[in-house]
Amino acid sequence: MASFRAHSVLPGFNLALGFTLLYLSLIVLVPLSALFFKTATLGWVGFYEVATGDRVLAALKVTFLTSLAAAVINAIFGLLVAWVLVRYRFPGKRIVDALVDLPFALPTAVAGITLATLYAPHGWIGQYFAAHDIKVAYTPLGIVVALTFIGLPFVVRTVQPVLEDVEAGVEEAAASLGAGRWDVFRRVIFPAIYPALLTGFSLAFARAIGEYGSVIFIAGNMPYISEIAPLLIVAKLEQYDYAGATAIAVIMLLISFVLLLGINALQWWTSQRGAR
Amino acid sequence: MTKPNTRIATHESKTVTLLFIGVALSYLLLFLGLPLFAVFYGALSKGWELYWTALQEPDAWSAIKLTFIAAGIAVPCNLVFGIAASWAIAKFEFKGKSLLITLIDLPFAVSPVVSGLVYVLLFGAQGWFGPWLQAHDVKLIFAVPGIVLATIFVTFPFIARELIPLMQSQGKEEEEAAVSLGASGWQTFSRVTLPNIKWGLLYGVILCNARAMGEFGAVSVVSGHIRGMTNTMPLHVEILYNEYNFVAAFAVASLLALLAVVTLMLKSLVEWQAKKSGEPLHHGA
Repeated sequence: MASFRAHSVLPGFNLALGFTLLYLSLIVLVPLSALFFKTATLGWVGFYEVATGDRVLAALKVTFLTSLAAAVINAIFGLLVAWVLVRYRFPGKRIVDALVDLPFALPTAVAGITLATLYAPHGWIGQYFAAHDIKVAYTPLGIVVALTFIGLPFVVRTVQPVLEDVEAGVEEAAASLGAGRWDVFRRVIFPAIYPALLTGFSLAFARAIGEYGSVIFIAGNMPYISEIAPLLIVAKLEQYDYAGATAIAVIMLLISFVLLLGINALQWWTSQRGAR
Repeated sequence: MTKPNTRIATHESKTVTLLFIGVALSYLLLFLGLPLFAVFYGALSKGWELYWTALQEPDAWSAIKLTFIAAGIAVPCNLVFGIAASWAIAKFEFKGKSLLITLIDLPFAVSPVVSGLVYVLLFGAQGWFGPWLQAHDVKLIFAVPGIVLATIFVTFPFIARELIPLMQSQGKEEEEAAVSLGASGWQTFSRVTLPNIKWGLLYGVILCNARAMGEFGAVSVVSGHIRGMTNTMPLHVEILYNEYNFVAAFAVASLLALLAVVTLMLKSLVEWQAKKSGEPLHHGA
């Protein structure tokens, strides 16, 4: 047999791997490569001009900052929710636990129109902000709200299993050696869950960067102010500026790749620590 | 008598506990509970009659049908792929395996809008295959096949990434025993492997289906938004909302929200069954 695989008595390797590679190529790799070939038609100068255009830079900045804000909110509250779900008992806990995954299950367009309605100046929540002259919907703040919603499960679901594995004995040992509750958290529990927290944060951030459906309804989509990069791609497509749309897509893809590599490295780090 | 002492140090005081639970639940209520309630409230705010009328619109019906068609094709395709990929990756050793796993995850890292765009670049009027398709009178973009393709792309990793770690953790001893006792490849898979992975498989299918039916961004780019022809339910919601037809928009949205609730319930049920049968699932976030 070819040396690239170890011998096995099990059948079906060629068929399974052959189909996997064919399907992967046809559905994912060939279409994604079209992106780079299309950008190549612009040339380096053309690509640079699109990438550094005022409106593109503004959209990338809005996307980046709102995603960062939402990921930070989710890291803080996600940790709290994971803590409460793992450590405490209260009525309805199983339902609450299941509900955490709602943003994964609810179509983004539904989330979008609902949040836009809730946070509009006359909406159930928006009216309280409006009373203090704060506009949420149709501003970058609205984008943060939508991105917080769609990123909510990530930190909870990455921290939860790690927190469950923190052994009570370690905490008891620390406590019996005289550590206060806060010290135990800071010196014993937090170091154990820190990599998972960072992984969840990165996943929420990566998801927010590419998000489209839930944002466009609440964002107001004002160029330079509340226009996100994915929307700019759609706007360029509607003007038949395929090369321009593709150039922005390539920038976003490169950002995604960097994040994906970072997340993989983080997960590897987490598993190494777990195996210790 | 050390027990009471450690309890003080390993648990928070009653006040802090209640404060934590209160803040966490308020956060979830504000960001999850209230929006979910608001969908159904918006749909029924003008009474049942308008709700039913909105759902019986021919355009709404064709959107519902198209959503089921797209998911009905995308989920089985990705199921076959997921089984093939996990069989190759979990049961055999070969070079480049970790690269392959990373590539399978790729669609999750791509913005939905970009997922749609790549197919426009391939099959659109100005795309690589555009002129050839036009010459043969085949329309993929702004038509149903494009919607199906975009749906397959965005749901591509769901089942595979559920099955790969599950089958890896189970090893290959059972299958090797079956083969050495004379079972054929298909018998080995259907009688040994499949019963071991059934809950993980079902879990992947449920998540894959939810995303397939709810996908918006990717489908929006390739759809062309032709009413009654190329609108899925999420796209129909957008059109109605932009026409200020809020009751109808929320009526269609309520069906999707119902789908989400059913998905969450089935998901919890499968998790529970898997735990009971000693086949714990591997959660990818």
